[in-house]
Amino acid sequence: MISSPDVVAFTKEDEFGQADPDPWAVPEEFSVPLSPISDSNPWAKTSYAKFTKDFILISEFSEQVGPQPLLTIPEDPKVCGTFDLNYFSLRIMSVDYQASFVGHPPGSGYPRLSFVEDSRVVLGDSKEGAFAYVHHLTLYDLEARGFVRPFCMAYVSADERKIMLQFQELSLRFSQASECLKAGNRRAFAKELQRKLRDLEYTHSVLQREEGLQREAGTQRMYSAHAVEKANELANVEKSIYEHRDLLRQISSYNKRPRRDPQAVSCEKCINECLSECEQLIEKYAKLARPFSYTGKDETGQEGQKDGEEVAEEGEDVKRRPSYTPQLIKAKSAKCFDKRLKTLQELCDVTFYDATVTLLKETEKGFRGDLCYLHTRRLDKALRRKQRVTNFLFEEDLGDDDEEDERGILRPFCAVNHAVDNYTLLNPPHIVLGTEPLVLDALEPSDPCHPETSNNQDTEPGLVESHLDSSPSDQTLETQGSSEGNKGSFSSDKSGLDLAEKQLDLAKSEAPYPDSELTHEPDMERESSSEDMETTAGDEDGDGTPVSLLEVVSELEASREDQCEVITDGASDILIPLDSACCMAQEGFLYEASPAEITPCVGKSSNLQTPVVNQEPQALLPIQDDYTVGSPGSESPATGLELPVGLFGDAVSRTSVEEGSDCTMSASTGSDRGASPLGYGGVVTLRQRKKAGQGALKFVRQYPFAMQALWCLLSGRTLVVLGVDEGRVRRLVSALALFVPAPGRCGERVQAWLSCPFTLTDLQRWKLIGLQRVASPVGSSMLYSLSRYSRYISILDADHKTLRCPPYRGKLLANIADHRTYIRRGSTYFLHLQSTLCEMAAKAFLFTFTHHLHLPVSSTEGPEVVEGRRRCFLQEQLGLGEEDSQILLYLSQLITQHYLQPSTGGSAAATSFSFNYTTSVLYKI
Amino acid sequence: MLRWILGGREAQGSLEKGSVLCIGEEQPKNWFTELQVLKGHFDIVRFLVQIDDFRCASAGDDGLVLVWNVETGERLQELRGHSQQITAINTFTCNDGDMSHISLITASSDRSLSLWDPDTGNRVQTISDLQSSVKCLLVLERQCVFVSGGGELCVWNKDFQLQCHRPNHSDTGITALIELPKNCIAAAMDKEIVIYRLTVSTDSSISVAEVRCLSDHQDRIRALINVNDGLFASGSHAGELILWDAIEWNITAYEHILWEESQACTQAEIRLTAPKPSEMSIQHLTTNGRHILAAVGSGLYVYSILTKAVVAYRKVAHDSNVLHTMLLSDSELMSCSEDGSVRMWEIQDLPLSAEPASSGFFGMWTFGRSNKPSAPPLKKVADVPNIRMLELTGDLIGHSGAVQMFVSFRENGLVTCSTDHLLILWKNGERQSQLRSLALFQKLEENEGL
Repeated sequence: MISSPDVVAFTKEDEFGQADPDPWAVPEEFSVPLSPISDSNPWAKTSYAKFTKDFILISEFSEQVGPQPLLTIPEDPKVCGTFDLNYFSLRIMSVDYQASFVGHPPGSGYPRLSFVEDSRVVLGDSKEGAFAYVHHLTLYDLEARGFVRPFCMAYVSADERKIMLQFQELSLRFSQASECLKAGNRRAFAKELQRKLRDLEYTHSVLQREEGLQREAGTQRMYSAHAVEKANELANVEKSIYEHRDLLRQISSYNKRPRRDPQAVSCEKCINECLSECEQLIEKYAKLARPFSYTGKDETGQEGQKDGEEVAEEGEDVKRRPSYTPQLIKAKSAKCFDKRLKTLQELCDVTFYDATVTLLKETEKGFRGDLCYLHTRRLDKALRRKQRVTNFLFEEDLGDDDEEDERGILRPFCAVNHAVDNYTLLNPPHIVLGTEPLVLDALEPSDPCHPETSNNQDTEPGLVESHLDSSPSDQTLETQGSSEGNKGSFSSDKSGLDLAEKQLDLAKSEAPYPDSELTHEPDMERESSSEDMETTAGDEDGDGTPVSLLEVVSELEASREDQCEVITDGASDILIPLDSACCMAQEGFLYEASPAEITPCVGKSSNLQTPVVNQEPQALLPIQDDYTVGSPGSESPATGLELPVGLFGDAVSRTSVEEGSDCTMSASTGSDRGASPLGYGGVVTLRQRKKAGQGALKFVRQYPFAMQALWCLLSGRTLVVLGVDEGRVRRLVSALALFVPAPGRCGERVQAWLSCPFTLTDLQRWKLIGLQRVASPVGSSMLYSLSRYSRYISILDADHKTLRCPPYRGKLLANIADHRTYIRRGSTYFLHLQSTLCEMAAKAFLFTFTHHLHLPVSSTEGPEVVEGRRRCFLQEQLGLGEEDSQILLYLSQLITQHYLQPSTGGSAAATSFSFNYTTSVLYKI
Repeated sequence: MLRWILGGREAQGSLEKGSVLCIGEEQPKNWFTELQVLKGHFDIVRFLVQIDDFRCASAGDDGLVLVWNVETGERLQELRGHSQQITAINTFTCNDGDMSHISLITASSDRSLSLWDPDTGNRVQTISDLQSSVKCLLVLERQCVFVSGGGELCVWNKDFQLQCHRPNHSDTGITALIELPKNCIAAAMDKEIVIYRLTVSTDSSISVAEVRCLSDHQDRIRALINVNDGLFASGSHAGELILWDAIEWNITAYEHILWEESQACTQAEIRLTAPKPSEMSIQHLTTNGRHILAAVGSGLYVYSILTKAVVAYRKVAHDSNVLHTMLLSDSELMSCSEDGSVRMWEIQDLPLSAEPASSGFFGMWTFGRSNKPSAPPLKKVADVPNIRMLELTGDLIGHSGAVQMFVSFRENGLVTCSTDHLLILWKNGERQSQLRSLALFQKLEENEGL
């Protein structure tokens, strides 16, 4: 805790910026920059927003009802209060962010999926007092118009600056969530396609049979109206099959196309899985779906036989496949407003959906608090990260966050695999293929929570119902039936007739090459761009950026190149045209330099200090370098990209507020466990430590010999807190635990309550022990161990309020152990304490790594010279007395051991335990 | 001292009699300011053997032999093979040309002997089903053979082939073996010392012949040591210390240490509790060629070979029997005891006002008793004019059971083993911190900065 919000809030802008170079100034990388908002009064801002806390809103632009809010995170309705979500959804969804065009691009034969990249904008509604980072994305839905469903995720806050300054991280987090959602969606989409293809094939076979029967029955009346209609229908189905196969191919090529969005990083594993799945599917349907070769055979006159076989096969299929039976596809598509649109959950694989929600929840948690708080926390963390060598002494553990961060960058975020890793369900379920029904059967009962199957079940009832309507026996009659339950085939009615004929011709001509893509047929394109699809611009090769927009982009890029540093190294910049009315950016464009893309060019990062958002020059504080782009001095490329907010660490500190004091050594039940955060239960969190600050303050104010007790702890002498009352002892121990250097991640060096005699090994392990005083034979043996090891320990008697320890006359601790202190609040004291301890750690660091204080400079020097130099340094330069030096020596010893640990392999050798022989004196209250 | 801790009266008595001799917490001469607890044994650790400058082996009742790195505290090897407690352990250096390789010989109650390679942890040789378990081992490096003593005396070569074998007549068997000049060995059997002579015939077969039997001790011989080329010493359970001529096998000096004699005369009360034979039993003898240090009961006794007289003594040096002693130099010695402590002593000249000082001192260490000796406890104090005193300079407290043995590695530290299954490595904290600093800067250099 190097800085605290209290301090930052009061900093003034006086010397900021133009101060003369101060010879005593801390080096740049260790200095604490002033808060970016220090120039404005933090309390002046009057928020007239109708919500109290920031939240995440997910909205959809429904093709049926327009913009609508779907859910908020947190889901508590209190969060948004009287804030009108519907209105706000309208605002955020009304940005025509991507010119999302769908349908058939000129020059391709089939409906194309538009691979639209996400867009990120900041929107504001000053009337409502709401500002939002809005992340637009599209999901695929076979039944939706143009197969796309536009969604957006918005981080809504009353503080505009907060969003502007956090833009980069918000963008990163939301991209992660979006990628996750989209990955799940692609999977679900592929599954849906598969189902659809199966239906189509089934329909196709049925139609063929019918046609064959008709032809047999009435060869003389070749071109009856009914026959033509049938033929058209068949052609329609065949076309549909082609189209769907093409869609499947497209969706599988999703990951192969070059990503325009520099922020979109997706998990290799997921991509590979998805790819292999899709490839499997394509292969599958390339083999199965040979409708044309089949027709050819039909014409040669083996119908009867074929029919029989087919019926048999069908029957078998039905028997073996109770979970899913193909249904007949009606030729007519449903009306737009008749159909029920899939919900977000249905659009996405369950696992992925859950992972996304988790991610968003974490994001929301990570961004809690006002900007000032976030800023100081970030500073604190950035500075601490630079002092890894000494952090273990008094700071809470950063290790996890770092790992998390680094992992997040090295292995691009895959929320799903993160979430699922320790799950048995490591391999995502494969899409079940028609020929492997047994596998499905085997899977279903044994794995009820199988996302795949549960998803199937979710969406199936409708299908099953409609199947019941059109049972195999009367299917021929049902083909023209009502459109209920029809999940929408995309071949349109209007173009149906000619299309069907053309398809037939085409089918015959193409029969030998059933797999070839029919993109070179010029007629088809126009035809297949049917009316119910919105035809806009085309996109080539799955490129998400519309052509029209690209022109604008290139123009703008050209014009901007001289103003702002553009990363030329292949990194793509996206300029997103924004609706100037609702966008915060005055220039109308957001310039996005993504961290993910910057990674390879850290080497030339001198010109990379690109602001996240050009409109916020304040964001360019020196310390911000660490967050935005890689600073030249950073040790690894990853540092520049570290997420400044410890989502996970914070999550821990918030979720595990309940003390994990399942102290295994405890013999009796504690009267108040709440006082003690210590034990083997879990990580000691910042929150607990702050709470302990209250106890520490109380101790300092209550006991005149507090200074001596603190000195014992800080100089590495084990302190035993002896008492009858467990609650009191535990309270004292948890308060004093703040002063134990290097207490370990879970406070391993502290034993809150011990009721058996301790041994030397215990002394070696624990630096602070709460010991039960018992008046029994056990008690006497305990007292014996106390007296036996008295030279290694100090004893604080909680009942008689005495302390037995070596005398301490130093001045170093007077600052933190002043029993007349004016500090009244525990958290304030904790911060005060932290800064003092941090200072000590810094001195110890200096002492440890100053070569000439430990080793002779020349060969002629003896150990006495070095010893003298060391003493001189401690006494004269640091101004420490004999006892105060011991603190520093102990801290230095810990640093040394910690630094050497990995190389020596601390596991094999026992830790050593240092002590010295001094007389103890008894302090009384 | 710690009465304040008690908060009550009940435990006072037990505490007060706890410490007989207390140096206090201020020990400026004690440089052992760092310790490492070495865990690994499951039972009493009885033996420690120094292998080389940085390694030592520990053996105990669990049949395990562990090899430790004294510098780092690492456990290097675990020699498993004996099913019962180890009764004797010794190093065996065999010079094969230029190469001298150190092995470990162990003997166990399971009546087997094993040869180990401490570098690899392999059992190189083993012999089981001996007629009796071996109680002591003696390595004769010149002949490259070793002698095992127990119910019988056996001579083995380095390949564990029995060279010759001599059954024993006494019930107790051989308890100690030392090498004497002229290919002789002395074996302690109950109250007697038997001298054997080894003869190596031309076909390199070895035979053993009993040469002499010395039966001057009145009680069981507990310790037998070589003093120098011309002398060896033995100590008995009854407190007799005899110096023998190593060549002629004559008695050169006889000293009977009787702690309780004078006290028993003067203090009637003491007699009820005092004259336990163990109180004057010589548990351990050690020498540096000039002095012999005898552990007698719970006391220490320094005997000068030159003057053939007592130099210094401390009747109650420990709260309980002293188990092992060592002469660090002519004036410094160390002892460990069943009371779980290791104490360091210095032989100091008595101050001129000897009498009051000593009585005052004695008064201190008989703290727990109801009476103080009113007279100087030993007539020898008066007899010997140039007697000096043993001053406690420091103690090492850490073990919770009897300290069985210790091995000093000089500046590298001290290893102690105990009945509490632990070994403790005591080190000079300052030196260690300097070594660590050195390592730190080395690592810093390797890593090229932080």
